[in-house]
Amino acid sequence: MWDHEIKAMASSHAIIASSVFMATVLPAVFIQGFSVYGTHLLWLYSVTGAVSVVNIAVFWLLGISQPTKKNTLGYKLSRLVRSCMYLLLSCLFYHTVVVLYGAPLIESALETFSLAVLLTSLTTLRCLCVLGPNVQAWIRVFSRHGAMSVWDTSLQITVACSLIGAWLGAFPIPLDWDRPWQVWPVSCSLGSVVGYLTGLVVAPAWIHFHRKQLTYKSK
Amino acid sequence: MKIRTSVFTSFIMMAQVLGIALFLRGFFPVPVKSSVSAKNKLSDLPAEPLTGGPHNSSRLPDPLFKRVVIMLVDALREDFVFGPNGRGNMPYTSHLVERGSTHSFVAKARPPTVTMPRIKALTTGSIPGFIDVVMNLNSPALLEDNLLWQAQAAGKRMIFYGDDTWLRLFPKLFMERDGTTSFFVSDYTEVDNNVTRHLDSTLKRDDWDVLILHYLGLDHIGHVSGPRSPLVRPKLLEMDDVLKKIHGALVSKETEGAPPYLLVLCGDHGMSETGSHGGSSEPEVNTALVLVSPAFRRKVGMETPSVVEQVDLHPTLALALGLPISLNSVGRLIPAVVQEAPLRDRLRFLHLNGHQLSCLLGANWSVPSYREQTQIEVGVEQFRVAEKAHGGWMKLYLEGNTSEVLGNMGKKVLRQYLEALASMSSALSRQLGKYDMYSMVAGMVIVFQLLLVLLLAMPEALSGAALVDVPVLQALLSLPFYLLCLLLASVHVLVCTSAGSACYLCSLSWGLVFTAVAFASATFCVLVSMATRRLPGGGGGGGGGSGWSLSELDILLLAGTVGHTLSLAASSFVEEEHQTWYFLLNTLCLAVFQDVCRKYFREQRRPGAIGENREHHEEEEEEEERFFLSPKGRRPSDPSQPGGDPRSREKWLALATPPLTLACCRLLRTLNQTGVQWAHLPDMGHWLNSSEHRAVLSLLAALSLVLVYFLIQRRCSWVSRIALALGLVGVYSYRAAVGNVWFPWQHGSQSVSKGTVEARFVYVFVLGILFSGSKDLLRSQIAAAAAAAPLKRRGLWEIYSGLVLLVALLFRAHNLPVLCCCLLVQSLMARFIWRKLHYDAAQTTIMHYWFGQAFFYFQGNSNNIGTVDVSVGFVGLESYVEGPAIFLTALGTYAGPLLWACHLVCYLNSESLRTPVALGHGCYVLALLRSVPVAAYVVLVTALRYHLFIWSVFSPKLLYEAAHALLATVLCLFLGAMETAQADAARP
Ligand SMILES: [Zn+2]
Ligand SMILES: [Zn+2]
Repeated sequence: MWDHEIKAMASSHAIIASSVFMATVLPAVFIQGFSVYGTHLLWLYSVTGAVSVVNIAVFWLLGISQPTKKNTLGYKLSRLVRSCMYLLLSCLFYHTVVVLYGAPLIESALETFSLAVLLTSLTTLRCLCVLGPNVQAWIRVFSRHGAMSVWDTSLQITVACSLIGAWLGAFPIPLDWDRPWQVWPVSCSLGSVVGYLTGLVVAPAWIHFHRKQLTYKSK
Repeated sequence: MKIRTSVFTSFIMMAQVLGIALFLRGFFPVPVKSSVSAKNKLSDLPAEPLTGGPHNSSRLPDPLFKRVVIMLVDALREDFVFGPNGRGNMPYTSHLVERGSTHSFVAKARPPTVTMPRIKALTTGSIPGFIDVVMNLNSPALLEDNLLWQAQAAGKRMIFYGDDTWLRLFPKLFMERDGTTSFFVSDYTEVDNNVTRHLDSTLKRDDWDVLILHYLGLDHIGHVSGPRSPLVRPKLLEMDDVLKKIHGALVSKETEGAPPYLLVLCGDHGMSETGSHGGSSEPEVNTALVLVSPAFRRKVGMETPSVVEQVDLHPTLALALGLPISLNSVGRLIPAVVQEAPLRDRLRFLHLNGHQLSCLLGANWSVPSYREQTQIEVGVEQFRVAEKAHGGWMKLYLEGNTSEVLGNMGKKVLRQYLEALASMSSALSRQLGKYDMYSMVAGMVIVFQLLLVLLLAMPEALSGAALVDVPVLQALLSLPFYLLCLLLASVHVLVCTSAGSACYLCSLSWGLVFTAVAFASATFCVLVSMATRRLPGGGGGGGGGSGWSLSELDILLLAGTVGHTLSLAASSFVEEEHQTWYFLLNTLCLAVFQDVCRKYFREQRRPGAIGENREHHEEEEEEEERFFLSPKGRRPSDPSQPGGDPRSREKWLALATPPLTLACCRLLRTLNQTGVQWAHLPDMGHWLNSSEHRAVLSLLAALSLVLVYFLIQRRCSWVSRIALALGLVGVYSYRAAVGNVWFPWQHGSQSVSKGTVEARFVYVFVLGILFSGSKDLLRSQIAAAAAAAPLKRRGLWEIYSGLVLLVALLFRAHNLPVLCCCLLVQSLMARFIWRKLHYDAAQTTIMHYWFGQAFFYFQGNSNNIGTVDVSVGFVGLESYVEGPAIFLTALGTYAGPLLWACHLVCYLNSESLRTPVALGHGCYVLALLRSVPVAAYVVLVTALRYHLFIWSVFSPKLLYEAAHALLATVLCLFLGAMETAQADAARP
């Protein structure tokens, strides 16, 4: 049972990681002059899109999310609307936090917001996929010992890794090297994507090696 | 020997400050200077020596040259001009060098091979140390005696085109000038075209005597792509064309009879193989120096250029132009340049040069740190002998003797002079531009030993008893201690007697040195015995180590401290240190926010689940949980009813505190742009200070002062409250008198005074509040235990409010919101966060320290000496008085960290009612937080002492760190004294 879940997780993570890779490589074939630094926002959107689509598809196919009791169309619709609202709020929240960290308020608002969108797609969207638009569940998962399944643990790890990546990505900005990746927000978005990929790799491995200690109370 | 943590810490900090002082003394040697602002005058020149005659002429030889063009090509390495490459690089110049009437030299530049010190060396002949920069902090202009000042005093008209460093150094000396900035390294054509475009018109004119050109392009090419870049040759060809043009113009202007022209081509420093400079490698040090003038003998073939010191150009130029040599010059005349002058003039030149050098040596005669006393004596003695011989020669000469004997004798005098100059000059320059490694290493060792002792004592110092067992007696009675003493003393003797060392430690008296040796050995023995006690069992002394589990906040605090220390190794991170602190502070606030949310949300939800299974919780990142805590996101999940209930109100206030703090920090960072890279961006401070926004500034200042009053007054006695209110009114009226802000009823332009009266009015209240606070504090010592605590708390708070009032006076009007936010954050955090979340003393101290650091930068400071607001030293004073001015400037600069530290004292004092060891723990953590970066930085600076930015970036930071360490020491002493008093009170 455990091995099965870990395998499923590893393969789904592999698919998501390869989608990030494809989102970086494929546009270069179709679009003239596409590069991670040069047309950074384009790359950012392509990664965001790819990650979102693949995440939704994978988790929907796997059927991870909590089975809903009501199956009516209206209920599904309200869930969809709530999810969209959460995504938007999360974008705004990230934007605020990034501005608090010192990003210019007006000048490069588009870049900042793009970063917020990327972070949302890497973190909030995944939460929505796994937990659904259910704040109580979110709070539970992100409390210290609230994980109730391997998917919760993997969610914790990937979210933490993406955020740490973005956090670390801000460090090279003050260096006076004049490199293209020091331009706002390149290093941060690169950091978060790299962190996300690391999280995707680490999560199954960590769970695999700690499966003895992991005891999910509710199960 | 068991001693209290606070006493132990205070002692360590004091010793550490001494170690740092020793290190600084070695790092910044006292410059060899007669005086900073004294200038050499023509009338002060010595008479021409003459034995036994009444004739006492102070005749100066006629100037050898009428016009001088100095063409300084930045980073002109010696092999760019001379040797096989030179012929291809600069064909015209090499032709001149080989066949023309020229002299060519390899001029050795002294490290730091950086443009500004090099320009100073060229113009003053001295070797500038960093301490000079600090000495004339008030103005970046060069106040020392220099060639350009002398030239202007002699009525020479000067023109300058090129690097604007010159314009900052010599602001008013040039008749005509055009500066180009060297800010954009990637630009290497425009900077030079800006210089060359003036040439044609200037060379046609006759109304100048000295023309200085500083070309930056070559240096920029070096920085971008190195000395082997294909761009170098075209650039050198361009320089060659410029030289050809100047030379041609000068030749065409030449008139018979008048003194000829002199064209100097030189470099300020070289270029390493990677294209940078600043260090002391051969290619960086060796620069080309070519002098072109028809006065020189035409060469017949290529000679290898001889080696001279870069500073030698200064006396040579000064003498050849008939100017006095600058007082602090350590250079000596290049004899080849005056080769064609009559023998009498040549002797006179050497005499003048020798006299100036001996005066400079005489001025420093009393400096005890000279180890080369004998060498100096030899040099000066040689000079005296030569002078006497010169007198004899003059006598013969004036008697009309023209025999062979006179010529031979003159040559002998010449040789004597040159020898004397050589030994005097080398004795002088050995003192300069050199690190006193012995003192530096000694200081470093002391600092490091103490840091290790501090670290090893951690488990005991932070234990519940707060007692540290320092095995001093065992150490003092052990054999290794005496052996070590002996070893160190012999090392000291060895170092001090070895040749060529000039160090501070060697000049100290034996008693002091022996104390230092004994101290170092004792510390080492203590260190070793503490380490052995700590090592084997893992828990012999304290109960620490295994039992500590770190929360996310602890991890953040630890990682932040370590990361910040590491970041000091990069010059950019030192320049932009404020970014590091803002970033860490932000993360800290978010982490605290997460803690608050955890406390108020989860406890309600799952009361039993916490703390059951804590052992293997993974190290989650502090930010991990923050996204679901967005203000909007949490509202639906909140089960409690809003308003009414005081608990719920407190909860919402606690929840609102971290976001409010974050907002405050975000606002404050827009107030003052500091650092280097983004310092030029417009900020709120500039906007507020512009005259059209004075109304806004007035409103803001008044508002801040009112808020300051309300935040401070709540814990003062009513007398202090009144004094505080009056004092704050006084602050506002001081700002109004100085012309920063308006009184609402005074809209017209009013007369601007110095505001001395208003400022003194405030000082009176500051002193009053401080007095009443100290009185309470003293009374609490003798009062009964029950009454003592509130008295003491009030006393501390009043001292704190006195400081706040003083800082309010010193802060500029636009910085008053910084003060106000500081107090706001302090009171909110103390009330809702630190106490409610049960952060221990160590965590609170670290947070205070971080906030203090961030506020240091919020108020507009940076790691550059230039941002120190010197005007603070004049508040309330009619004229410059050194003591108060330095005190006020230091206080104004370190206001942020100081206020936070004082708040820490107040907070820990009130906390110590609950946990009596809080004061000791806080003291220890504060000391640790300060000594870790200082110790690391001392090593870093030593390792990077030949770094390109050592003088511009690392050295100022070293001074800031040292000053901050001093501040922390004072606070530790205060904390220690308070804890001792408390412990004494508790015992009987
Ligand atoms: Zn230079
Ligand atoms: Zn340079």
